[in-house]
Amino acid sequence: MNFKLKIWRQTTREAKGELKSYEIEDISPATSFLEMLDILNEQLTTKGAEPIAFDSDCREGICGICSLTINGEAHGPSHPAAACQLYMREFKEGETITVEPFRVRSFPIVKDLVINRSALDRIVQAGGFVSARTGSAPEANSILVPKHNADVAMEAAACIGCGACAAACPNASAMLFTAAKISHLALLPQGQPERSRRVLRMVRQMDEEGFGNCTNTYECEAVCPAEISASFIARMNREYAIASLRERMGE
Amino acid sequence: MTGTLDSKTPDGPLPEKWRRHQNNSRLVAPNNRRKFEIIIVGTGLAGGSAAATLGEQGYNVKSFCYQDSPRRAHSIAAQGGINAAKNYPNDGDSVYRLFYDTIKGGDFRSREANVYRLAEVANSIIDQCVEQGVPFAREYGGLLANRSFGGAQVSRTFYARGQTGQQLLLGAYQALSRQIAAGTVTMFPQTEMLDLVLVDGHAKGIITRNLITGEIVRHAADAVVLATGGYGNVFYLSTNARGCNVTATYRAYKKGALFANPCYTQIHPTCIPVSGDYQSKLTLMSESLRNDGRVWVPKRKEDCAKAPNDIPEADRDYYLERKYPSYGNLAPRDISSRSAKEVCDEGHGVGPGGRGVYLDFKDAIARLGEDTIRERYGNLFDIYEKITGDNAYHAPMRIYPAVHYTMGGLWVDYNLMSNIPGLHVIGEANFSDHGANRLGASALMQGLADGYFVLPYTLPNYLAGQLGKRPATDHPEFIKAEADVRERTRRMLEVDGKRSVDSFHRELGLLLWDKCGMARNAAGLQEAIARIPQLREEFWSNVNVPGYGETFNQSLERAGRVADFLEFGELMCRDALARDESCGGHFREEHQTAEGEALRNDKEFADVFAWEYQGGPAPEPKLHTEPLVFESVHLATRSYK
Ligand SMILES: Cc1cc2nc3c(=O)[nH]c(=O)nc-3n(C[C@H](O)[C@H](O)[C@H](O)COP(=O)(O)OP(=O)(O)OC[C@H]3O[C@@H](n4cnc5c(N)ncnc54)[C@H](O)[C@@H]3O)c2cc1C
Repeated sequence: MNFKLKIWRQTTREAKGELKSYEIEDISPATSFLEMLDILNEQLTTKGAEPIAFDSDCREGICGICSLTINGEAHGPSHPAAACQLYMREFKEGETITVEPFRVRSFPIVKDLVINRSALDRIVQAGGFVSARTGSAPEANSILVPKHNADVAMEAAACIGCGACAAACPNASAMLFTAAKISHLALLPQGQPERSRRVLRMVRQMDEEGFGNCTNTYECEAVCPAEISASFIARMNREYAIASLRERMGE
Repeated sequence: MTGTLDSKTPDGPLPEKWRRHQNNSRLVAPNNRRKFEIIIVGTGLAGGSAAATLGEQGYNVKSFCYQDSPRRAHSIAAQGGINAAKNYPNDGDSVYRLFYDTIKGGDFRSREANVYRLAEVANSIIDQCVEQGVPFAREYGGLLANRSFGGAQVSRTFYARGQTGQQLLLGAYQALSRQIAAGTVTMFPQTEMLDLVLVDGHAKGIITRNLITGEIVRHAADAVVLATGGYGNVFYLSTNARGCNVTATYRAYKKGALFANPCYTQIHPTCIPVSGDYQSKLTLMSESLRNDGRVWVPKRKEDCAKAPNDIPEADRDYYLERKYPSYGNLAPRDISSRSAKEVCDEGHGVGPGGRGVYLDFKDAIARLGEDTIRERYGNLFDIYEKITGDNAYHAPMRIYPAVHYTMGGLWVDYNLMSNIPGLHVIGEANFSDHGANRLGASALMQGLADGYFVLPYTLPNYLAGQLGKRPATDHPEFIKAEADVRERTRRMLEVDGKRSVDSFHRELGLLLWDKCGMARNAAGLQEAIARIPQLREEFWSNVNVPGYGETFNQSLERAGRVADFLEFGELMCRDALARDESCGGHFREEHQTAEGEALRNDKEFADVFAWEYQGGPAPEPKLHTEPLVFESVHLATRSYK
């Protein structure tokens, strides 16, 4: 297959970027999107041009390092999938494909398609954990967890931390990411002691990082490679409301 | 062979060794802990759990990873599960059985005391992870669920859907995040370790490159811990992440750390087969699939091109069930992989190039219904469909073995310290617990055992004598190490040749897969040992690394890793050549039974081979051995028949 590509090039965080055009030929439909970029990079390197910087690691949709917006959609046209799980058979022969980094105020561009998502790490650092000191845990089966709760907690915990939710959101909101972690831990008995503190701190950190607010467009859910449900956002809002009330009442 | 390494295994009966060792270990008083700086390279299960625990204990930890976040370490990709000997299903499991299965699975080439300790602390890992909120699968009554996993006859594997590694790693990452917030751990993401610094023979620091700015930085510490994962990417195609590398451990090797059993690599039987030259990685299909899937190939070669559903039952060879009636499709990885290679070599393989076998769920779907199979393996079937475009509910999957895990690694003693005082090595990066073959669901167990429950107890044995001995970063050894790193980077950029980094990597990988893969022989290994130095020479005279050192430069990152693989690959072949026996994943064609099973030679080879670097790019290294003493188990011939 042959394709025309328009790819965002930007040398540094401060530099001005632009879309540059490339052509690529003779690509097997079984090639993954990132392998197609590998081939393009090989060709650029051989020609003495600078290859396109993009992040990838596991290449099976779980590490969450992918950060590509393809034809205007976070992770591209095939959902649910991270960009690394996208195959060229999904595109039309001769199609023009535009590739940009996730565009979110809070994820500055490092170079070309590589972005800095440390804001998400800081949201977790604010409280996205259970303070379980190593060695002090009780016997694992001493606390029962209803299967349903464990299953729903797992659905929330499946988030891969890619930030596509924020990239797809018209308000650049990271609510789905934050809600997933809050819900995961709020659903389990182990998460109860720090439940209020966690939601208050994480939401405040999220705001501090400059992420926008949720206006229920559900774009986040549509692009999420881990199929995290937007209903977790409602759960987070509930958790937040109760926790703030408690805080105001001096609890 | 020279030298006999001392493993420092404590005295006493096997079940008491660890307790005794803990009782006799030195301690660092809480008020002194903050006076120690500890460098931990790697944030996977091993490094993440160690950093979180040591930070929590009050040490000053500096934690490094090459990804943009510690949460993305390759442990995240583990699917199947983690073992422990809880015996919840009441099926006769025990610490001893977990120990015995692991040591037998490793084909009696691991250190008894380490494996026993691993089995002993495994239960605490499950407790710890549940307390962190890891959402393991549960039964309707609210109890934890278990399943059986390749190579075991009991159900001792805990899992979180098909994403066990992810959930365990997120547990460790969250614990780490808590310490980062508390200020006990300083995190350096997108930072690659490029050299180890020794001062007076002790590991006292590292040299790193900031992958964003290209800045080369010196870091001093009281002890250095490497938790940098495995070297499977030496084969180019593997189930590892693109960035997995041998650089940290190999640079430590070049500073004098012994590299143990590098030829022990694991080829996983159930991966999606290679489809073309452009392919950048191989994808694992969790071997939990073998619980319900049946492996077969057409009996008649002329059927290989037919659609699988058109081949009648009588014309199918369920070769694992035929050859290993008691384990059948659950035979250990090395055996399953080799069997797949054999049937394909004999011309019964299916798919492109005849390199594939079927994994069929037809019977399981008939017995349990499609919904149950979907509930158990839905995400794996989805992955399969995404990559191949085929629906495995309707026709069998095609699978083939791929490089997956490396049992070899830096040599460590019972304290997980290498032969270099102060340098500790944990997780897949060390060699210690899996012998010549690792059983499923035991790498996650080992990574977390090392990080949460072993290193925090053994590290003080070293630290206790080291208060106040941390050198400053302007020590001549740091200056020299930094200069060496700069020089190497400069040389790599200056070659300005014609071939891309990846083309060298691919060529090396193919060569190793061919000569040092699922089956090896002396002639092939000698060929590889002759060829690799030529390839290396060509790399240093004809590689093209565009861009600059002082900027973000992914080509340069890859070039550095491939340069190390080009030296390390040779070491692997030398080890495979020296180990003139078959054991576990190391199958020397010269040593097999009449039925084609691996033939061990316990008289001559019941020891660890640990290699010492002798200067130059990669001249013949010096071999040290550690005899493996088995006090509790009898060295049996592994039989899964
Ligand atoms: C696809 C797949 C599935 C698996 N499934 C299972 C399973 O079901 N059960 C099981 O028990 N095991 C499984 N394994 C094996 C297991 O996942 C690994 O052995 C284990 O997670 C390794 O953990 P680790 O902490 O040692 O290393 P990793 O998780 O690989 O972490 C390595 C860390 O080191 C860092 N690093 C590496 N080099 C450098 C450097 N030079 N400078 C700075 N940082 C560096 C990386 O950034 C990373 O943080 C699987 C493996 C794969 C590939």
